[in-house]
Amino acid sequence: MCGIAGLMHRGKVANVGKEMTSMLQALKHRGPDSTGFAVYGPPHPGEYIMRLKLDERSDDMDAHVDFQNEKLVEQRLQEVERRMQEKGVDVRDRQEATPYAQRFIIRYDGDMENLARYIEDVDKVEILSLGNSLELIKDLGDATTVSSQYELGEFDGSHGIGHTRMATESDVDIRSAHPYWAFPYNDVSVVHNGQITNYWIMRRKMERSGHRFMSSCDSELLAVYTAHNLAEGATLEDSLRESISEIDGVFTYLVATKDQLGMAKDTMAAKPLVLYESDDLIAMASEEVAIRAILPQEIDTYDPYDEEVRVWQA
Amino acid sequence: MAGVSDTELREMTQEDRVKALGMTTEQLTGRSMFIEFKPEEEERFTYPWLADVDFNKRAEIDTDKMMTTEVNERIRELMNEGYGTIVIKNPRGKHSVAVGILSRLNLIVEGSLGYFGLGLIDGPNVRIQGRVGWSCAENMMAGVVVVEKNAGSTFGAAMRGGDLVCRGSVGSRTGIDMKGGTIIVGGDTGALSGFMMQRGRMIFCGNAGKNLGDSMYDGTIYVGGDIQSLGVDAVPAELTDLDRQWLTRKLTQYEMLPEKGVDHFTKIVAGKQLWNYDNLEPSEKKLIL
Repeated sequence: MCGIAGLMHRGKVANVGKEMTSMLQALKHRGPDSTGFAVYGPPHPGEYIMRLKLDERSDDMDAHVDFQNEKLVEQRLQEVERRMQEKGVDVRDRQEATPYAQRFIIRYDGDMENLARYIEDVDKVEILSLGNSLELIKDLGDATTVSSQYELGEFDGSHGIGHTRMATESDVDIRSAHPYWAFPYNDVSVVHNGQITNYWIMRRKMERSGHRFMSSCDSELLAVYTAHNLAEGATLEDSLRESISEIDGVFTYLVATKDQLGMAKDTMAAKPLVLYESDDLIAMASEEVAIRAILPQEIDTYDPYDEEVRVWQA
Repeated sequence: MAGVSDTELREMTQEDRVKALGMTTEQLTGRSMFIEFKPEEEERFTYPWLADVDFNKRAEIDTDKMMTTEVNERIRELMNEGYGTIVIKNPRGKHSVAVGILSRLNLIVEGSLGYFGLGLIDGPNVRIQGRVGWSCAENMMAGVVVVEKNAGSTFGAAMRGGDLVCRGSVGSRTGIDMKGGTIIVGGDTGALSGFMMQRGRMIFCGNAGKNLGDSMYDGTIYVGGDIQSLGVDAVPAELTDLDRQWLTRKLTQYEMLPEKGVDHFTKIVAGKQLWNYDNLEPSEKKLIL
């Protein structure tokens, strides 16, 4: 089933981490397997935030890696840092929420895509996000668990999207959790609720164009597809509109960039989305109950129609 | 049939009455026979195990900290205590609230409901001051539900009777598999509204999305605005005087009559090219052959 949510404060910064946690926790019943956040903080001029994972975690594993894995994870971290040094990356800061989840603040003037590919060439290493303001966090468990683990409760920003996952066509693990970063596009993330039925056709098309896939989750296609369209010069709105005719299946998905939030709904309007819009706040979710989690007062909401595309500017 | 009075209707045979009301035009034979309850058979409209309620006894339920099951249990407790008017406060989009109410009750919802609210109801008068999520009043059998704001998709799915009213706009697949009753929408409706509709009537004062009335078997859809496209076997029909009278009466009843009246409404019915009700099943054909 899965639940998606998105939030944008126009022209101001708020505690987006806490708000997204409340919204996604209200959607826990739609997907208890994993939870993910893509939240956008104030931009880091001249710097990049890179979040990566050094190991996989599935539903039969504990959050703390065992001794053998611990050593492997440490070796992978060392190799990542060695490769950064080799490429001339200036590492300004490094933090870890778990041994397998790392956050780097870096300065780098070279080709960011090449750097990302070089780092991901380390066994089991996956860059979850890269950008000036995007922080992409995903792990197993409900929203409160993941938010607490990654200390999202204090995160201030302008907007964000999130997802609670009920695993259907792929495993319960972090690589299949949402959001997906639109590699290699800085600050672009995607969450999706639905099923994509021409996944393999589109995936082959994307792979032939040189795009990389890190999972077998159909939702990742939307991130890659968005990145592909943006690389071709499309605007976010163009890409969302194009997807309605090019992507088969039933879907509602949200895309966030450093200053935009967008949504698209398939031709059957088969997957839900409830939308609230005011002059200073946009909130949307699979269910109204998520919006009510942050807006208890009476408000006007509506369901976007089939083939509806909307894009909002921060 | 224009100008048929209530007295005349009562004196008609069941078949003539159904035709006079414009409810159906098919031959009432075989498997498509339309069975209608007789008003004098009161026992068919009530359930003997239900408590009598007094509409003047009023109670409030603050649902803010309650689970859905607790809310529904509390409604039943109050009804058993004779409360005939119940106010739901702070519902905050909760799902499946007030389902399965099988007797008369005045229910006021101060706020918005989530999915599957008011499903399977049979008789209550409900007013929702906010909006409702997907599948509001699914399989509703009797009563009146008025939603003051917007509604989600599959509004009134498989509805069998009563009036289901939304003053705002509704999502997609409104009245899917509808089997009776009336759906009235003040604004627009989304794609595939009236999909596989079997009986009943729908009024959309605004626009309708694509594939309106797709694969409808019977029933009538009235649209005041533009229709993006008609579905398979949905066809326009002449808006008769009887239609105008009925539309005016219904819309006036809920204070939703457009200023310019109802003459501009488009009537959509089933083309009945997909019908095969009275055809034999393949196994039956073999027996005859």
